[in-house]
This record gives sequence, C-alpha cells and structure tokens, in this order.
Amino acid sequence: MQPVSAIEGRAYPLGASNVDTDVIIPARWLKTITREGLGRGAFETIRSAQGNVFDDPRFAGAPILIAGDNFGCGSSREHAAWALLDMGIKAVIAPSFSDIFSGNAFKNGILAVELPQDQIDRLLEVAATDPVRIDLETQTVTTPFQDRFAFTIDPFRKHCLLEGLDEVGLTLAGAEAIGAFEQGRAQTMPWLGKGTEIAA
Amino acid sequence: MASQPRTLYEKIWEAHVVETRDDGTSLIYVDRHLVHEVTSPQAFEALRLTGRKVRRPELTLAVPDHNLPTTARVDASGRRLPIADAESASQLAALERNAPEFGIRYIDANAREQGIVHVVGPEQGFSLPGTTIVCGDSHTACHGGMGALAFGIGTSEVEHVLATQTLLLKRAKTMEVRVNGELGPGVTAKDLILHIIGTIGAAGGNGHVIEYRGPVFEAMSVEQRLTVCNMSIEGGARAGLIAPDEVTFAYLKGRPLAPKGADWDAALAWWRTLRTDEGAQFDKSVVIDASQVEPTVTWGTSPEDVVAIGGRVPDPASFADPAKRQAAQKSLDYMGLTPGMAMQDIAVENVFIGSCTNSRIEDLRAAATVLKGRTKAPNVRWAIVVPGSGLVKRQAEEEGLDAIFRNAGFEWREPGCSACLGMNPDKVPPGERCASTSNRNFVGRQGPGARTHLLSPAMAAAAAVAGRLADVRELG
Ligand code: SF4
Repeated sequence: MQPVSAIEGRAYPLGASNVDTDVIIPARWLKTITREGLGRGAFETIRSAQGNVFDDPRFAGAPILIAGDNFGCGSSREHAAWALLDMGIKAVIAPSFSDIFSGNAFKNGILAVELPQDQIDRLLEVAATDPVRIDLETQTVTTPFQDRFAFTIDPFRKHCLLEGLDEVGLTLAGAEAIGAFEQGRAQTMPWLGKGTEIAA
Repeated sequence: MASQPRTLYEKIWEAHVVETRDDGTSLIYVDRHLVHEVTSPQAFEALRLTGRKVRRPELTLAVPDHNLPTTARVDASGRRLPIADAESASQLAALERNAPEFGIRYIDANAREQGIVHVVGPEQGFSLPGTTIVCGDSHTACHGGMGALAFGIGTSEVEHVLATQTLLLKRAKTMEVRVNGELGPGVTAKDLILHIIGTIGAAGGNGHVIEYRGPVFEAMSVEQRLTVCNMSIEGGARAGLIAPDEVTFAYLKGRPLAPKGADWDAALAWWRTLRTDEGAQFDKSVVIDASQVEPTVTWGTSPEDVVAIGGRVPDPASFADPAKRQAAQKSLDYMGLTPGMAMQDIAVENVFIGSCTNSRIEDLRAAATVLKGRTKAPNVRWAIVVPGSGLVKRQAEEEGLDAIFRNAGFEWREPGCSACLGMNPDKVPPGERCASTSNRNFVGRQGPGARTHLLSPAMAAAAAVAGRLADVRELG
C-alpha cells in the first residue's frame, strides 16, 4: 500500500446520505477476477442519470468524494473500496461511515474523513468551483478560502496510512518473528517446511 | 513437570503461535495453503500491485475445481476444449497464470491429480496431522479428518497467507461431540454428521472448534472422517477435528507429498502425541448415542433440517420458537412440501453423487454397491456421478464402478465441484428436486429454485433406483 500523507484536488460534491454498497458497486460486477476495472461499474445507477456529478467534466479524475451521512452502508463487499480506488478516489469526506466500509477503506488505503454536517455543507459549496486539501499529518481539511477543519482519526490507523502499512505490511514489518519461528521449525520438524517440494 | 491437560485443538494451536499480541490475538503460522480459482484472483492481484512475493511458495498448492465444467475436457485428438462461459474461463486462466508467476505448484485442469481442493489435499499427502491448513473456502474444515486444524478464509486473508505464511487469529472455544456406541447397518458417516448438525443446530458450533470423539470415529476410515469434518461448518464451527491415529498414518504413508524416510519417523513420533489429554476440559460438550442414528435426509433449506428416512415432513406449528416456525414454513414453501408427508413419498428428478463431502472412492463404492444390477427409475431425469479427483476416477474405473453407474443410467463425469454449487454448468433446474450427497441445501445452492435433499451416497443411489427418497436398508 502507498503511504498517504496529503490528498489535494477536485472533489465530487455528491452530498447524498446512506450511499450503500449496492450504489457504489452493483452486485453484477462482483464476478471479476481483479480489483481493477471496477471503476466502470462504480455508481452505475447514479451515472445513468443525466447531469450527475460523476460525469461532470469539472470533476473528472477527482481524488476526493464528499458525501452525506452513513456512507458505505450495506454489504461487506470489499469491492466497494476497490471500485472507488479504481475511479481514482483516495479519500471520502462524510459526516459518518458504516463500520465495515471504513474498515475496508482503511485496508485499501482510502482515507475516510469525518466532519460535521455544517462543514460538509461548506465543502460542498467550495468543491463546485475549487479544490480541497486533506492533510493527514495535521488532521485538517483546508480550502483556498482559509477554511480549516480539524478531524480526528484512530492513531493506529493514522500511523498505518502515513507509513503505507496495510495488514499484510504490518505483519511483514514483524517478519523477524516469522523467520525465527520458521528456523525453529526447520530444526524440530523439518518435514513441515517441505510442502510440495517433496515430490520434486 | 506436570503440565495442564490440553485438548487436541490447544496442542495444535500452541504449536503454531508465532507471537501473541496484547489484544489477545495471535499470529498463527500456516503450514499448508490450498488455492482454487474463485477466491484467489484478487489476492494475487494485490501481491502484484504491491510488488510482494509469496513467502513460502512450496507451502501452497493450487488446483482448479469450482468453475471447471465436468464434461469432457479434451477432444478425441487430446486437444483442450474451450470453456464456454467467458467469466469462468477467465477465472481459470487467471489461476493458471498466477500460480507459476508466484512459484506455486499448480495442478492443471487436465492433470490426473486434478480434483476438488479438499479431496486433493489429503489424497496427495499435502494435508498432514497436526498442521494448520487454510483455503479460501469454508469447507476447508474437511481436512480436520486428518487431525489437522483446517478452516476457510476470505480473499484478504488469502493474500495475507501468501505474503506472510501467517494469519492473525483469536483462539476459538472448544466443543466436544462424543458419539458412544456403534452405528447400525446402512448408517454412514454422512448420516451421522447430518444427525449431529440436527442435534446441535446450524449455529451450534459458532465460535468453537469441534472435536469428534468416541469409538465410532476411531472405527472410521480416513475418508469417512473427512466426510464428518467437512460439514463442521454446517454446524456453525469453523473447524472440526478427529485425533490422528494408526488409521491416519497408514492412509498417509507413501502419498506423494507425505514425509519420507527419517522425516516420516520423526513426524510419526509427533503425530502420536496429538490427542486430547485425559482430564482436558472442553467449553461445551454434546453426547450422542450412535444406535439412535438412522439413515438421515434433509427436508428444508438449512442443514439442521434433518429427519430419519422413516420420518415425515415436520409441521411448522410444531416448532416452539416463532422464528423457527416461520423459517420452517418458508423452507417448506420453497421445497414444495406439505407437513406430515412421508419422506419416502418425496419423488426426485435429479440425483447428484459428488462434492468434497462424498466423492471419494469409498463413497463411489458405497453407491455402486446399491446400484449394481439396478437402474434409475424412469422419473429420474438426470443422475450424475462426479468423482472428487482424477485419481478417484481412475481407481473407480479400474474397479469397474463406472460401468455400474453407466448401466444404472448415471452420467460419469470429470472431477470438480459440479452441482454442489450453481456456478458451473451443472445445475438443478428451478422447481426440480435433487437427492444430493453434497453439503448445503441452501435456497438456490444447486441453481436458482433448485430443491436439495442432502443424504449419503448409498441413500442417493437408493433414491435413484426408487425415484423417490428411499431407505437403502429396505432395498436389500
Ligand atoms: S464441492 Fe462444493 S462445498 Fe466442496 S469445495 Fe466445491 S463447491 Fe465447495
């Protein structure tokens, strides 16, 4: 996972509440073999309507999404996070997130920033014409107009995001313990380490 | 030094702790990892995107099974036949590409050793007693029949195992299912596990690892033990275990990936210590009298909906719990059954003998014994036998079982998951009924609208002959 420090750019001013995982990525897209390419199915139902934010050229390739309450509710599909990443979204700002979604977002290096509704409203206004900046180090969201909103984030998650550590990365960071375990094993139970090599 | 008596689960768990964290989770070492085409593509993709390697490629074995059609795979000249469904074809192609790219041993779709992951692991001697075994598939519980701690994992965990050969886990609670006495004639391991699930309930094992104990399991072959442990997940337990013994060791000796020479001797010495100590405590205990177990079938859409073959479809009103009552009514509506109907009056149009629960050679022998000199009833439209692996298939052919099945009106297929799940072309049509040796009778499991009755291979054969659910003991 890439380290995340600051994300700056245009933001889709979606604003809607209760954006569920079926809205983010409909079930028919789940048969894929990759995490990539899901961007094509992302927000499919919203995009089928004329004049939607996702097809507005002003926001093309925006790295930030601004939404309403309870973003990512619904199923546990990790595909929702994969779909956002595939369409280039690296951060979502909303008043609240579903637990499962925020876990999946974190696992995939997507910043889920919680701000109160009045600040969201202000950001939606700015986003129509100007970029927004999220700084993870200082835990602030700023705009070119002196707006400065502080947000909170779990210190452990912040550390992982700044260092680019996903769960796999974290375990790998403590890989000496695994190596030591394997060495011990190689002495006491060598056959366990041979696996498919036995029938070479 | 007197150490605390420990259960088999605790012994295996403790032998695999790399480190324990403050929050009570432990990093657990994974000895054996099985991979199939459906739940692995995104895991490999993630490794590629992050530039990570597989830590110990030799501890993972890949084999396609879920999506592979079970019809002929090569034409008369030995050329590989294309797979019609584009998405299945691409999933299979992905595994075929990913395995060599990451240095993982891959069993090709056309190899003789190909088969259902949970049949292949024990058969190749890859699944060993005392090991931790994982796979992106909930029926990994199956390998508990070898005395291994085996359980299913999700795609992110598949990635974690590939990259680190470990998993971050919380210790499970322990549950003992003790079966006393002896099984009656015509009563098999499948009947017993269905009966157990009926007793403990589909959520009975939640949060627990089950250890099956008692003389019945000691008397079982390894294949029968695999059948029992396979369905632990239907009882809510992520894993099931049976202590390895001389039967297990004899089964393993000489298998291609089993330890050899001095390794074998050392392994054997350790394996012999793998049993629950006298006086060890289980968090939960259930005792079952084997003599009470009849040939068993399911009537509903949960694996706990079981009844003896001589019994009747229950009346939803007979359930005290209102939620259960409602669920039973929904099940009966879906299954097209009326309360009070004799189970033996239920006609079946389809018979499926296969799946990781019951597709091994002993299963096929049991079914063939019933079918020998008989044919399927005219109302049975579709009857198939799908061996669990190419090696099972070849063994059956050497024994002439394929001829018995064909003469009885069964199709003799190539190995794979087949009609166990409605993913590949083998599906039960909507509204039709299937007597099935698989493990899940969920709504739509064998295809949209399909109605599944779970039973043993011998009972499936009896159903084919009778054209309805039937008591194999009465067939004579
Ligand atoms: S046979 Fe059925 S239960 Fe077993 S692995 Fe295949 S799909 Fe899963």
